[in-house]
Amino acid sequence: MDEILNKAGADQVGPPLWLLAELSYRCPLHCAFCYNPVDYSQVGTELDTAGWLSVLSQAREMGAVQLGLSGGEPLVRPDLEEIVAHARSLGFYINLLTSGVGLTPERLDALKEAGVDHIQLSFQDSTRELNDFLSNTRTFELKQRVARMIKTAGYPMVMNCVMHRYNLPHIGQIIDMAVEMGAEYLELANTQYYGWALLNRDLLLPTAKQLHDAEAIVEQKRRQIGSACQLLFVVPDYFEGRPKRCMNGWGNVFMVVTPDGRALPCHAARDIPGLVFPDVREETLRHIWYDSPLFNAYRGTDWMREPCRSCPEKEKDLGGCRCQALMLTGDARNADPVCSLSPHHHLIDDAIASAASMQAAEGGCGDGPARVVARDPRVQPVEAPIQFRTNPPRHLSR
Amino acid sequence: MTAITPDTTPTLNPLFRMQWEEAQQSHVLLYPEGMVKLNDSAAAILQYCDGRHTVEQMCAELEQRFKVTDITDDVVQFLEHAFERGWLQV
Repeated sequence: MDEILNKAGADQVGPPLWLLAELSYRCPLHCAFCYNPVDYSQVGTELDTAGWLSVLSQAREMGAVQLGLSGGEPLVRPDLEEIVAHARSLGFYINLLTSGVGLTPERLDALKEAGVDHIQLSFQDSTRELNDFLSNTRTFELKQRVARMIKTAGYPMVMNCVMHRYNLPHIGQIIDMAVEMGAEYLELANTQYYGWALLNRDLLLPTAKQLHDAEAIVEQKRRQIGSACQLLFVVPDYFEGRPKRCMNGWGNVFMVVTPDGRALPCHAARDIPGLVFPDVREETLRHIWYDSPLFNAYRGTDWMREPCRSCPEKEKDLGGCRCQALMLTGDARNADPVCSLSPHHHLIDDAIASAASMQAAEGGCGDGPARVVARDPRVQPVEAPIQFRTNPPRHLSR
Repeated sequence: MTAITPDTTPTLNPLFRMQWEEAQQSHVLLYPEGMVKLNDSAAAILQYCDGRHTVEQMCAELEQRFKVTDITDDVVQFLEHAFERGWLQV
């Protein structure tokens, strides 16, 4: 992402080079760190095939070239192959972001034929998988089969594992597991706090020590494994002291279209109250990108308040994440509170401290499989129940 | 560091694809969730990284096509850079 064109500012709004198509919020999984919306009451019916084909054509015509197919779980859509084929005919580079649940060799062949360029396989519940890996049982075998399928189809194995308090201590074993599955790339992505992850933040946030320990293990594994598997460890911005250049800037290169056809500048914006999300069924993508109030709201740097306004680093990180600023400080024009220069930075320190004391009360995060098995979605801890992602109501489906 | 010899026959990493992008008026290198904008000489060299051209052959072709001489050092330097970034493989 860091190599995508660096735009100078709102003076010249470039095209949406990256389109993320969230094909459905439906998903067979219930991850507690999912960034999908926690409130489905504002979500409408899913876009039909024709709707998606039109979105793709319009986006490509504007210059979009990277396409992410995601959700929820994109495989729940029976028209996925048709969507892929259309994207391929337009010249998109197609990334399928999937848990692999529901993938068969036949479907994989069809998707390859249709034109998927890259498949990113996620770990849905690394604690369960880790358990199964250690005990050589069912879920791990299923994931191994999917991994083998993907490699047999001629794709490199690109895996993604969301990291949080419960699996950071096991990062070494997770890496071993990925390498055993033949992964050529493994992204260890520390969870960001949006959607369900924000709801569960107290239970998911690690301590700084857990992060440093994990990072050290990643370094060690890198030396051991060499080029066989490339490891990428993404540190959570809560611990960085400086914000991320979120989405490379609001309405700069990135556009998301949600399952019900709303266009957003990022996938986290859905949970933000009071925003008007343009509808692709009612407006053209071109109009939405260039002219809508939503997409123009935080382009460039003129909207900034202090300390961002006079900050020498403002062009570097663009003040961080607008969604995070809004959700945590109440105003999207504030600095992202993860920045140590933000007057609201204490909110982040407080969150980290609160999570740490919750962890201490629990007696640590789990030292091995025995403790980790207890984290079963059917068994809610009494002190602070973790909230597992739910699905939208059936009547919204296609 | 990959040692580049005149016989080295590079290919693009199978996860990568190069194409012309009208909206950006340039060639780009596409890879999982990423993109690199290529200048004309980078694009020209990468076009020959198809598994069928040795370094020696691509330099000869480029010299003829662009009416230049002695580009081997520049080409090798670019290829080293490209290998290092994971764009190419042998």
